Amino acid sequence: MALRIVVCIKQVPDTTEVRMDPVKGTLIREGVVSIVNPFDSYAVEEGVRLKEKHGGTCTVVTMGPPQAEQALRDCISVGADEAYLVSDRAFAGSDTWATSLTLAAAIRKIGFDLIICGKQAIDGDTAQVGPGIAVHLDLPQATYARKIREVGEKSMIIERLLEEGVETMEMPLPGLITVVKEINEPRLPSLKGKMRAKKYELKKLTAADLDLQPGKLGLDGSPTRVMKIFAPPPRAGGEVFKGEADQCADKLVAVLAKNGVV
Amino acid sequence: MPKLKIISDKCGGCGQCVDACPYDGIEIAGTLAKFKDSCNWCGTCKDACPFEAIVVEEDKAPAAAGLDAYKGVWVFGEQRDGHIQRVVLELVGEGRKLADARKEPLCVLVLGDKMEGACKKLLADYPVDKVYYVEAPELAVFEAEVYGKICADLIRAKKPEIMLAGATCAGRSFLSRVAVEVHTGLTADCTGLAINPEGLLMQTRPAFGGNIMATILCPNHRPQMSTVRPRVMKPPAAGTGRGGTLEKVAPDKARLLSRSKILDFAAEIEETVNIAEADIIVSGGRGLGGPENFKLVEDLAKALGGAVGSSRAAVDAGWKPYSHQVGQTGKTVCPKLYVACGISGAVQHLVGMQSSDTIVAINRDPDAPIFKVATYGIVGDLKEVLPILTRKILERKGK
Amino acid sequence: MELDYGLTEEQLMMRDVARELADKKIRPVAAEYDEKNTFPWEVFKEIAASDLCGVYIPDEYGGAGGKTPIMNMCIVVEELSKACAGISLSFAATGLGTIPIILHGSDEQKKKYLPDIASGKKIAAFAITEANAGSDASAIETVAKKDGDSYILNGTKQWISNGEVAETYTVFAMTDKTKGARGASAFIVEKGTPGFTFGKKEDKMGIRASSTRELVFQDCRVPAANMLGKPGRGFMIAMDTFNASRPGVAAQAVGIAAGALDLAVKYACTRKQFGKPVMANQGLGFLLADMAMKVEAARALTYATARTVDKGEGRPTKYSAMAKCFASDTAMQVATDAVQVYGGYGYMREYPIEKYMRDAKITQIYEGTNQIQRDEIAKALMKEAVSGKDD
Repeated sequence: MALRIVVCIKQVPDTTEVRMDPVKGTLIREGVVSIVNPFDSYAVEEGVRLKEKHGGTCTVVTMGPPQAEQALRDCISVGADEAYLVSDRAFAGSDTWATSLTLAAAIRKIGFDLIICGKQAIDGDTAQVGPGIAVHLDLPQATYARKIREVGEKSMIIERLLEEGVETMEMPLPGLITVVKEINEPRLPSLKGKMRAKKYELKKLTAADLDLQPGKLGLDGSPTRVMKIFAPPPRAGGEVFKGEADQCADKLVAVLAKNGVV
Repeated sequence: MPKLKIISDKCGGCGQCVDACPYDGIEIAGTLAKFKDSCNWCGTCKDACPFEAIVVEEDKAPAAAGLDAYKGVWVFGEQRDGHIQRVVLELVGEGRKLADARKEPLCVLVLGDKMEGACKKLLADYPVDKVYYVEAPELAVFEAEVYGKICADLIRAKKPEIMLAGATCAGRSFLSRVAVEVHTGLTADCTGLAINPEGLLMQTRPAFGGNIMATILCPNHRPQMSTVRPRVMKPPAAGTGRGGTLEKVAPDKARLLSRSKILDFAAEIEETVNIAEADIIVSGGRGLGGPENFKLVEDLAKALGGAVGSSRAAVDAGWKPYSHQVGQTGKTVCPKLYVACGISGAVQHLVGMQSSDTIVAINRDPDAPIFKVATYGIVGDLKEVLPILTRKILERKGK
Repeated sequence: MELDYGLTEEQLMMRDVARELADKKIRPVAAEYDEKNTFPWEVFKEIAASDLCGVYIPDEYGGAGGKTPIMNMCIVVEELSKACAGISLSFAATGLGTIPIILHGSDEQKKKYLPDIASGKKIAAFAITEANAGSDASAIETVAKKDGDSYILNGTKQWISNGEVAETYTVFAMTDKTKGARGASAFIVEKGTPGFTFGKKEDKMGIRASSTRELVFQDCRVPAANMLGKPGRGFMIAMDTFNASRPGVAAQAVGIAAGALDLAVKYACTRKQFGKPVMANQGLGFLLADMAMKVEAARALTYATARTVDKGEGRPTKYSAMAKCFASDTAMQVATDAVQVYGGYGYMREYPIEKYMRDAKITQIYEGTNQIQRDEIAKALMKEAVSGKDD
């Protein structure tokens, strides 16, 4: 069946490049590039593969500042058909509640059968926006999807990667899944994809387009508040074992076991 | 919570706020600072400004009414196959402190089937005031949608002030649904919880790959909800029960219907783990002496069920692919256990792993800087120590 | 920053696509293929999927060559070669095998063969060299005898890049031995044609990820319709091809040199001796500065030559020879110096740098040794001096 797939993505700083200035206690942003959240790139790849296999469309959507346009174009270059930038000053300061509300409204407007998100974003690491969207749109969800086994007319069968194993779930459509990196290996942009991305005219949605009450958007619509941000406390050195390797290993294993590490 | 304002008369356009901002949310436009769309109103810039040009703007939103009706600390009693999970005990320990600080009861919410015995045991052994137990065959196995609905119903009925769940696959999957359904805030993957002088829950969590910590409040919505990183809080000692009560709650049958259907579960331990997500990482460095000795690191990682990392020196040496590199030019990791084997601990490596919960260093050189950040260390020859350690870990797991 | 060579937006995209592919798909496996001496099918599939295979093929046959096919080819070859010159050869040698069809094929031949090459579905190869015909192409011993509307090929080609992995071969054979160089003709031979088999697989010093084999023709019947151009035009077709393909070899050499330089600089900045990075020693710094200058000069000459070839005015033989010769000498020298920068580590197979030195060597040898290139340049200089005008 032809699926209308919507993939939610986020532009994030490459946190593997982010460092803390130990003296000033601030983030060093210099040289840190913005990328498509890596987990979202698996979501995009899965959306494109499903579309290629079953027909339909793969649309990417992001809520963010105007600069997030580049992230959307990157998705076009790897095969997404359409891209929506949901951007408005009114969205500033959104926490996961307000973000999921806003994205849900945008997705409702775009139209969908299946929503795919990355399992979490590497800057916030919350994993909350996907399930939040599902509730706003009253959808079933399958988080941590590592494989889409079957796609039927009215449902799909999904393998979910959990802490202790793999759960197989049948989820009706429309529905929402969040994916883990095991699900695929994202393709690199092709030349034709890059050319299309360059020329592609992005679709834009603002707060006014989404018919949302102002009080539910951005900071005003966000239940949580960031109170303070600080550098993680530096660590102090601990216990060092010296002498016979066998005894050292015994002591280490004992102390690790005692603290529940192993 | 307040928004921020820039007083243009005072702003010198020095850009210190820009350097300080973790969200890239402020810029210098002309000679004045200006908030960008990406601003999160976190206030870091306010503290950084040498001219006191950034001030708090009055919060016009009135404090929400009826918050006082919410009382007590709840812990989600995550279970698998009818067994209460370890993370629940960790949360009971932490929840007890919060409940005491608020002078409110600590309750555990258990959703399951045929678990009355387990609930009673929990009450007998641990300092829980009350267990709400919702029993139904449909709740035997976790399913996010159903669990979310039942939990939301109970929250609306019983009005807890604080709700905690483990930041596990289950906890994260369903509590984000609950938060939206009952319209409250949820802070993910917390590593620190405390009550502030106003009685609010201060939820502290790492962000940006563990490079910064953020403390988050939920001032005007209830309950205040957090998922908490497993293995961070300490479980209380057993035998600390205080004679709490068990309240069985009958679920609304209509709310037990799930649209999804769980077909199968297959236990499986992943062998190859991405180091950025791994809970346990064993890394090797130049001290291994050669690529052939990386086998020793891999064996230990396998024994621990962890991933293999590498220092830059070992990657540059071609002993390991770049994808395994930890550090400034590699990946930033914060596993529960990081074992550094033959890694001297250059600062470039340390920035990539020092937020790990427990760091073990094994090195021949007792003066290696890695020992300064290590929780535990062994001074010795890797070729001797690693095989012994691997064997002992396996022996222990065999028990 | 990088020097502005006035690349078009499309060429910058080609460069970026090739660069990302080289970093993510080639660099991680380069050592493995080098060690195993096997053809990188998985990587070639990635190159095909990236739409890069058609960058030098005319648009009307499924490519994206536009007006700058050779420049496009150089950009891609350079980027791929930075990560592995052996793997990049799967792409570059296909170019060498395809250029004769682009330059001298009929519309039917182009329609039949170019689209599959442009899409990366098929690999091509160029077969002129024989045991006794290396630099002297007129000494070819493979013969093609007319028989009805076919030619019967007999003979053995040696050291053919992409041998066996290619589907489409441009093969040079004598149709009239009495005429020497003017008796050679070029044929398109498809893999699987009866009488066409593969001989020895070579075990090479470098570019080990490329497949180098003998092609054996035993009464191999090829349709006369597969002849490129007219009988006896083979040598001219080969020379035209080299004029267009040598900038590609130059680009490969530039890539090797640039890749080696990059590694050497990084190493020199991290390797500490006497309490400071070795880069802080002027002796080493100057060495790296010289390497960097040579690489940039080679790149500039290569790009200018590629552009001149693309312009299609006159015969660019002299400049193609210059670019190939200068860039490959640069690659050899820079790669050797890069090993020197690494010191003892550089000599070890564990480190990636010695491979660049082994790979660089072939660029001084194939598609005409650098002695032949200098000979071409000298001949052109003499001709210009005598005639008083450009060739």
